[in-house]
Amino acid sequence: MKIVVAIKQVPERDAQIRIAADGKWIDESDLSYTINEPDAYALEEALRLKEKNGAGEVIVVCAGPERVQSTLREALAKGADRAIHIEADDLAALDTLGVAQVLADAIRGESPDLILTGLQSDDLGLGQTGVVLAELLGIPHATIIMQVEVAGAGLKVKRELEDGWFQHVEMPLPALLTIQSGGNKLRYATLMGIKKAKTKELKTVPAAASSSTPTITLERVYLPEKQKKTEMLTGSPDEVAAKIVDKLKFEVRVI
Amino acid sequence: MSGVLVVMEQRGGAWNRMSFEAFEAGLALANKLGTDCIAAVVGESVQSMAWDSKSQPNAMYAVENGALKEYTSDAFVEALAQVIKKLQPAYVVFPHTYQVRDFAPALATRFKQVLISDVVAVHEGPVFVRQLLQGKLNADYKHSSQGPCFISVQAGSFRAEQAPASALTMEVFTPELDATKVRNRPGERFRESAQTVDLSSAPVIVSVGRGIGEQENIGVVEELATALGAEIAASRPICDNGWLPMERQVGSSGQTVSPKLYLAVGISGAIQHLVGMKGSKTVIAINKDENAPIFEVADYGVVGDLFEIVPALTKAIQNAKG
Repeated sequence: MKIVVAIKQVPERDAQIRIAADGKWIDESDLSYTINEPDAYALEEALRLKEKNGAGEVIVVCAGPERVQSTLREALAKGADRAIHIEADDLAALDTLGVAQVLADAIRGESPDLILTGLQSDDLGLGQTGVVLAELLGIPHATIIMQVEVAGAGLKVKRELEDGWFQHVEMPLPALLTIQSGGNKLRYATLMGIKKAKTKELKTVPAAASSSTPTITLERVYLPEKQKKTEMLTGSPDEVAAKIVDKLKFEVRVI
Repeated sequence: MSGVLVVMEQRGGAWNRMSFEAFEAGLALANKLGTDCIAAVVGESVQSMAWDSKSQPNAMYAVENGALKEYTSDAFVEALAQVIKKLQPAYVVFPHTYQVRDFAPALATRFKQVLISDVVAVHEGPVFVRQLLQGKLNADYKHSSQGPCFISVQAGSFRAEQAPASALTMEVFTPELDATKVRNRPGERFRESAQTVDLSSAPVIVSVGRGIGEQENIGVVEELATALGAEIAASRPICDNGWLPMERQVGSSGQTVSPKLYLAVGISGAIQHLVGMKGSKTVIAINKDENAPIFEVADYGVVGDLFEIVPALTKAIQNAKG
């Protein structure tokens, strides 16, 4: 089975976020980046499917500036067979449809049996790129997937629903799945894997020119307004503990 | 092209209550624009469903077809595409449910549009507010093209008031669907195992998040829960890692809780977690990052190292309880 995993590179979770001078995005100058966590689960699922079937190819695809190559190298070190870097310096100028078009143009020629991606990104969190990509490629999709099994000529997937419910869905191939976190345990790259990754193919292709102007625009980013007035408790750990106990006794009344 | 269309969600003739919150968002938008707010519900046979929310639509459509009995993206996208072509709304509003997440982006693509997902507020403009970076920032979005504007509304962002059920006259719209073009075959819904932990009725919850770092450290928080007589809960990453069972997860994919006290330890407060706990009466948050979004909903906050504060707190509670 030929599997494409679409990956996004996002700021590290612990990164200190500063708003950029134009107020439209964050200041990217001192940020460190990593793989979008749900995409790491998509990669893990792809690698496991390949291992289970004993054959196949896992191709990782990422759009963005040159820095995304480090994330692609990591994916290669974990076991992906080759990587495609779609060179796009200003993805922020595109909306979800524009990004999905760029991905679709790069993936179409590969004719994969299966496309996997995370259910949403940790930065924009729109949770749509996978579904839009499937629609553009004219293939069926299923979202928020926990497990994937090959069933005959198609797939049987376990889809997460709300409140602890699940559902199995059967679908034909080729297909696209958006993967939920937690379905598998993530692997680390081994030393051997890191060594091997250096010899694997990492191809850079230009992003196809966007044919559409964005339909939605991000006008401004800002710190959220507080929904509650938070009383901050300060002091040494023992002092803070005493203050909390005081609140628990006299305000919250749980002890 | 005018008016606001709200797409309500139902299953087996029962409303998904988030639909009424989305309806309030749609109604507020329609009032701002001075247009009608129309509702539609999709299914096999939904015309007789009773409306039990205080605010009501100007008109209501039952979108019915046998192929819509079980949800599939293919059938829902095709059916709603036909509804939108007929009604020509300027705005299409959805509740941000798992089902909507599955099909609405594809529906918007049919109209060369992009869904503004997970909207938490609507301001003059209209400007649609949504969160970025796990809730660390808010962002204002505007629709900037011809064609309908699609938005989905986050749970708990708009308030709907329940009212006695009333029969609403629904006009039936029967989309033309070819069942053979539906590619996915959905199975029965199921639960993994009997839910043995009911966090929804727990008066005190101590909840642990990513800040705990490693599985071996969970014990520190368990001791605090024991001292407080609290149920222990967690945010999704803790359960994803198998450090606590899935049934102890609070958030949109886990349980929704409203205890007297919710003590959040090392939880940053991504929106998926906040929707599950923001009904708590009192929230205390301990986190090393002063900008963590959990502090936006906390009554009391402590910025610091949980590995110093939590053991001190456990000891202080044990002493206080004698």
